[in-house]
Amino acid sequence: MRDPVFSARSLTKTYTSGEVAVHALRAVDLEIFTGEVVVLLGPSGSGKSTLLNIMGGLDHATSGQLFFRDLELTGLDDRGLTAYRRRHVGFVFQFYNLIPSLTAKENVALVTEISERPMRPEEALAMVGLEARMDHFPAQLSGGEQQRVAIARAIAKRPEVLLCDEPTGALDSKTGIRVIEALLAINKQLGTTTLIITHNASIQDVADRVLFFADGRISRTHENETRRAATELIW
Amino acid sequence: MKVLDLKLVRDVRRLWAQALAIALVIAGGVATLVLAVGSFRSLDETRNAYYERYRFADVFATVRRAPKSLIDDIAKIPGVAAVDARIAKLALLDIPGLREPATGQFISLPEIRKSTLNQLYMRMGRVPEPQSPNEIVVSESFAKAHGFTPGSLFSAILNGRKRDLIIVGIALSPEFIYAVGPGDIMPDDRRFGVVWMSEKALASAYDLEGAFSSVNLELLRDASEREVIQRLDALLERYGGRAAHGRKEQTSHAWLDHELDMLNNMSRTLPPIFLLVAAFLVNVTLSRLVALEREQIGLLKAVGYDEWAIAAHYIKFVIIITVIGIAIGSAAGTWLGTVVTTLFGDFFRFPFLVFTYSPDVYITAATLSLFASIVGAIRALWDVVRLPPAVAMQPPAPPRFRRVLPASFALDRVLSQPGIMMLRNLARHPIRAGFTMLGMALATAILVVSLFTKDTMEQLIDVTYFLSDRQDATVGFIEKRPRDVVMQMARLPGVLTVEPYREVPIRIRNGSIERRIMLSGRLPDADLNRIIDVDLRPVILPDVGLAISSMLAQILGVHVGDFVEIDLLEGQRRTVSIPVTALVEDYFGIRGMMDSGALARLMRESPATNSVNLRFDQNKADQFYSAIKAMPIVSGLALQRASLANFRETVALLITTMASIYTGLAAIIAFGVVYNSARISLSERARELASLRVLGFTRGEVLRILLLELALLTLLAQPPGWAMGYGLAWIMKTNLAGELMRVRLVVEHSTYVLASAIVIAAAVFSALVVRQRINQLDLVSVLKTRD
Repeated sequence: MRDPVFSARSLTKTYTSGEVAVHALRAVDLEIFTGEVVVLLGPSGSGKSTLLNIMGGLDHATSGQLFFRDLELTGLDDRGLTAYRRRHVGFVFQFYNLIPSLTAKENVALVTEISERPMRPEEALAMVGLEARMDHFPAQLSGGEQQRVAIARAIAKRPEVLLCDEPTGALDSKTGIRVIEALLAINKQLGTTTLIITHNASIQDVADRVLFFADGRISRTHENETRRAATELIW
Repeated sequence: MKVLDLKLVRDVRRLWAQALAIALVIAGGVATLVLAVGSFRSLDETRNAYYERYRFADVFATVRRAPKSLIDDIAKIPGVAAVDARIAKLALLDIPGLREPATGQFISLPEIRKSTLNQLYMRMGRVPEPQSPNEIVVSESFAKAHGFTPGSLFSAILNGRKRDLIIVGIALSPEFIYAVGPGDIMPDDRRFGVVWMSEKALASAYDLEGAFSSVNLELLRDASEREVIQRLDALLERYGGRAAHGRKEQTSHAWLDHELDMLNNMSRTLPPIFLLVAAFLVNVTLSRLVALEREQIGLLKAVGYDEWAIAAHYIKFVIIITVIGIAIGSAAGTWLGTVVTTLFGDFFRFPFLVFTYSPDVYITAATLSLFASIVGAIRALWDVVRLPPAVAMQPPAPPRFRRVLPASFALDRVLSQPGIMMLRNLARHPIRAGFTMLGMALATAILVVSLFTKDTMEQLIDVTYFLSDRQDATVGFIEKRPRDVVMQMARLPGVLTVEPYREVPIRIRNGSIERRIMLSGRLPDADLNRIIDVDLRPVILPDVGLAISSMLAQILGVHVGDFVEIDLLEGQRRTVSIPVTALVEDYFGIRGMMDSGALARLMRESPATNSVNLRFDQNKADQFYSAIKAMPIVSGLALQRASLANFRETVALLITTMASIYTGLAAIIAFGVVYNSARISLSERARELASLRVLGFTRGEVLRILLLELALLTLLAQPPGWAMGYGLAWIMKTNLAGELMRVRLVVEHSTYVLASAIVIAAAVFSALVVRQRINQLDLVSVLKTRD
């Protein structure tokens, strides 16, 4: 259990948006362990998404080091990051980011086609309880269903880490709970290390560890003695 | 099928209207090239095959009367492959039911064998029996104009004697593909026909037994035409030979050549412009379309697709659209090419048509279109694919808007908020706005260049028929007549004015450049047939020197005041040097003119006349025609009204048909461009516009912001579009100018208006589509999802 998946040293990110310089991450040190469920909490602009994007190989750090096991992500070029994403990482975004012209099954197949030892798309959809809806297009699915398709897409390649950026942000409480349920079930069945960004403080109860972000830094961490089940959450 | 390919198919289907609009732009470019080059090559091949199979001669000469024994001498000229000597005479025809006199070009057919050269293609019936002196074969166009079939009858005045003739056959000849009567510039099928009859019959009518009056030669492949002509002229001189000439000066060939040249020039001028414009527009449009996919590209990268896979996906997308366009364009171009070939083939009455489909044209068109499209896609992908996926998946950072004017200037006092948004948006994307405007300007330009030919034709008709050649009729005589023929003509019923002129064939030369033309001597104060200078003012012919067509001056490289050398090819053949004293604006043929007195002195003859121009009272036309029909000295009568009508029906029709086809294709391109601009602007700004709706803007207000921009760009694009159109029209006019026909560049205001109206109509149509789309904007989903 104490085997680090990610280790970050002085990880820093500065970028300009329009004409404004933003210090998104200020020298963050962090370790994430195999099989952990980690919730990242904090106000907008506190650096959660930036950290997640860099961990997922979606963005480059400005300075500092980030390791995925023995692989130094901060030393990889675009090609290396693409291979890393393809092999190890699953993403879930707030706005689902499904391809509208593909059905649920096909959206999952988009990933399984380029993975090394994927599960079948049907299997992945079954894990999120959508086996009956797999031939529907995104426009024919509710928000919660779309997000579960996105989760199925993320886990179908059996990733070692699952990175979720506000997966319930666009959902009501009932569907939000189903989505969290699906994430925890996968963590349990596959042992996938799972990082969840959220604004919803009540979700922290399902985590092994909670990281509180403020102003580009981790301001404090909290470890839960016992994890609650998703159904026990008070939204 | 791979999922990405599935996405491809669905995306093309989802964007079908836009994909089709882009494909049509490509199709327009491809079709133009395929049509123009295809029809030109088909007609050229057809002509070559016709000439070869029916042995069209290479050299032509006429004599007054030469003994047949001379044929052997002619055959011995080095380079001559075959000789065909015959009798050729012009004669007036009297056709039942036709008020006006018609002219027949009579040509003898040898008795036993077929003619060696200029063989007949028999459409109907048979050739005349040698012992039946009244049997004839007539040209098909003439027969059709009168509804003649074998067995029909009419009469002719042969050598002053009226003869009744019976048609036994109808034929085509490579020599008279373009059959123009004497004094005319346009074929008039009703009033001019070619009549073939047995040599024996024609020889006895003209007392030419054992003699010939026309000789045609076929040359060996490596023979020098110039040398053969010199030797032939030398042999024929003492028999009253008029200077022999090659195909270049044979009327039918020259006109056919000119028409094909014109088609060829059109095919070399317009299609490249169309294809380049289409390629440019497709490049811009596809590049914007791919840029819209930014977020999906980001997602594909996020889930592990590499740049190559993504690039391949979008390149496939543009290739599908382009290939659809190429397929539509090739099919339409091939079909239109067949239509045009058939149209011209009918007009020229080719006995058969050879359709050629040249793979190189299709390949060129396809390659250029694909190249333009793929470059467009790569241009857009280059920017997007390089972004880190996290950035790509987010909407682009707020663009750096600038104040268009100093902050102190309160723009909002002058403009409404939508107006300010529009201006800032244009200022923010100057390149994109510039490209959109350029696209629309090019659409206007190709419409102008397609439409202007009509104006130019009208100007040509105006100058030729109403400013310059104002006579009602031109009467040609078999032989030159003394000047007193004017009095004789003036006494004919209904005749109001008569102006005589004398025509002499000459060779005109400056250095090594020479042309064989007709030099006409006319009265200095001629009022019917006036000389118009390049400023379109009538000019009085100077009493010394020579006035020549400005086109001829250009060919020879001479200016007013320069001396040219001329060989007189009739009477006492001499070579003299004469100054050019005026340049004439004319659109048909190249010619020289001088004062009739000066010409008589030059010819060392008393004033004589070959033809007269006259004006007559239309109420007495019947009496006038009857009188002409009874005059044995007359070889032909040309009527200006008929000529104008024929011009409108033939040349003008061909040119305007081509122009209409090009206009249609240009309109399709214009629609494609404007429609895509509007649709893509809408997609690019859907989020922004939905936000405005959420803030409480009405649909109309939101629509106004988008359409204001479209309208402004469309209107701003018009003046440069007109300028570019004028430039393209100038290029085309210059390319189309020839010795037989040329035009003055005239683009009427109405043409600019029409071109702009088509583009604006496209814009309005696009606006309607956009309006429907805006009404369907799903506010919440546009704001929430990024897909």
